Amino acid sequence: MTVAEAAATALATRHRVRPLEALPWVLAVAAFFALPEYLAVGTQILILVLFALSLDLVLGYAGIVTLGHAAFFGTGAYAVGLLSAHLDWHEPITGLIVAAAAAALVGLVSGWVLLRTHGLTLLMLTMATMTLLHELANEQENLTGGFDGLPVEIDPVLGLLRFSPLTYSGQYLYALGLLFLMFLVVRRVVYSPFGHSLTGIRENILRMHAVGAPVRQRLVTVYTISAAIAGVAGGLFAQVNAYITLDVLSLERAATALIVLILGGHGRLYGAFVGAALYMILEDELAKEFPEFWQFGLGLVLVLIALFAREGLTGLFAQAAERFRKRARS
Amino acid sequence: MRISRLVAAAAVAAMFSAGAAYAKTVKVGIVLPYTGGGADFAKQIEKGMKLYLSQNKDKLGGHEVELVTRDSKRPGGDIAKVAVQELITREKVDILGGFVYSPNAMSVAPLVTEAKVPMVIMNAGTSFIPAMSPYYARVSFTMWQSGYHMGKYAAEKLGYKTAMAGFTNYPPGKDSAAAFKRGFEDAGGKVQELIPMGGPREVPDFTPFFQKVKDAKPNALYMFVPAGSHASAVVKTYNDLGMRGAGIALIGPGDITQDTKLQGMGDGAQGLVTVHHYSADYDTPENKAFVKAWKAAYGADSTPDFMGVQGYDGMAAIVDVINKLNGEIDADKAMDILKGWKFASPRGPIMIDPQTRDIVQNEYVHKVTKQGDRLMIEVVATIPQVKDPCKELKVGKCK
Repeated sequence: MTVAEAAATALATRHRVRPLEALPWVLAVAAFFALPEYLAVGTQILILVLFALSLDLVLGYAGIVTLGHAAFFGTGAYAVGLLSAHLDWHEPITGLIVAAAAAALVGLVSGWVLLRTHGLTLLMLTMATMTLLHELANEQENLTGGFDGLPVEIDPVLGLLRFSPLTYSGQYLYALGLLFLMFLVVRRVVYSPFGHSLTGIRENILRMHAVGAPVRQRLVTVYTISAAIAGVAGGLFAQVNAYITLDVLSLERAATALIVLILGGHGRLYGAFVGAALYMILEDELAKEFPEFWQFGLGLVLVLIALFAREGLTGLFAQAAERFRKRARS
Repeated sequence: MRISRLVAAAAVAAMFSAGAAYAKTVKVGIVLPYTGGGADFAKQIEKGMKLYLSQNKDKLGGHEVELVTRDSKRPGGDIAKVAVQELITREKVDILGGFVYSPNAMSVAPLVTEAKVPMVIMNAGTSFIPAMSPYYARVSFTMWQSGYHMGKYAAEKLGYKTAMAGFTNYPPGKDSAAAFKRGFEDAGGKVQELIPMGGPREVPDFTPFFQKVKDAKPNALYMFVPAGSHASAVVKTYNDLGMRGAGIALIGPGDITQDTKLQGMGDGAQGLVTVHHYSADYDTPENKAFVKAWKAAYGADSTPDFMGVQGYDGMAAIVDVINKLNGEIDADKAMDILKGWKFASPRGPIMIDPQTRDIVQNEYVHKVTKQGDRLMIEVVATIPQVKDPCKELKVGKCK
């Protein structure tokens, strides 16, 4: 096989499902049966995976650096919360559809304006958008409950799956199912020609302009898709926790998704999975052992990753696999 | 003779075995913000709890208490909820306690109700929280207790006719300012304006706000800001603008003269009048013993503040429940004990109201004075056994 042929095969088959890709799902299902006492944390991990996945689409694939992604998470969460609190709309699936639509709208409008800029300007403007929404939610306290928060009521999913605040088994299955659906969407987007053009924009935006690709339109499109998925994550968060506060629109939440991608690796689809699991488990276990000093441990891990694994943990795996393959060939 | 000795031996044996068989370890789950902006509060509450425990081992009736602590981190509700879910299902705690931030105490309500675990709230002061679960009891305060009575006292006893209120723009601030307005106007005064002055995260520049107040010339300015650096900035701006000279008195809830921060405010704090439920300077036998024990345990430089005493009293309630139920914690029986529970606290006599499960306590009018080179809180008046005015007057969400 010539190099050209090998490259052609690689391109033609790169979207195919590899056996290893089943691993996170098998683990997630196994965790449901093996660790019934950890399902509350597990559900939070699944939501964080979904949120980080949406960020990966814009950050990892399209190269849009944003610190304001919680704007969409929060919009989704408040969409579900406000429907439940003020319109007695407790149906979960339609609630999530509304959440996705609301977040997509915010993404479309803000993306249309903001994506003219890039780099630090874009970073600051995304953050400013989020802060504006945060302040809006704070001001409209009668609607949103403000700092004190808003209780959210949810009917059983499809009339079958009841959410028990004690066991979290219903919440876990619901979150897992949704994550799987959303993952299929993201995977589809990433491996489509549209996804390839995003990578092109990330790698060399001038060249993409030169070949006549509608750069800004593609960026706004992916930003909107990503916002919708973040909105689903936020809506899911509101439904599962049955309570939301201004915290859903906070910088901490936006930064957490970023940290997850740094830990797990960005632009790699599964980076969000590895990063979110590692982040939450570390945080949970460290905070239990050292309630006052857990942040030190987390910070240390971040420094080590930033120093020795710039591509995150999945990047580290990929490098190791590559080295192994080369040795096997030679 | 022989028979009676036999009976005595049997009795001793029975007592011994009873003690051995029934010594239980009661697990108490504690949820506090050990990291982040609330870490100081968590420290105070934990020190208060541990002080009570170390002093009152004998009240446990041979049982043990194990504290299982969790960090609630931020006031977002979600982290506290996971922590409580896990404390209940995995650690199988018998009682819950702590809770500094109101949103965290609110978000766990359905969980606590479903799992039937009694919970003693040691800070979280939003008025309607105890109504959210039948297993909640609160030993801390509500913003209305200090705000409402500061308003009444300012109009009735200090003779102020007009006032303005400044507050940090988040629920405790809004509550406190609204309470002050109601109290002041119920007693015949007039509040000209309520002015939001920035958020809880960063200390704003108070100068433009205070200048506006100075121009309007009310008799008094009521200020609610979070304890700590906010309060120091308020006192500093008040003095820099010469507002005292302009005839405007600075008053507020005791949060702005918190014991642990008072000495750092400098001489400008002298003459401040506040209303609150605790200060370490109270001259009562209970408080003197408490402060002495605190300093013995945590060092002469350490001072309890209202958070510390809330932790102390909260643990007193928990220990009393364990004692009366002999280590077998049943949620409904525990709540029956907590309803109407009374305690001679360092802050004075306190009770948990049987109807609302909220705290009933004395509110004290504080005046900051100087003795030697130390700023002191002097109590100039006592308002006995104050129930939450928000619930008494049925304001807004309070029922």
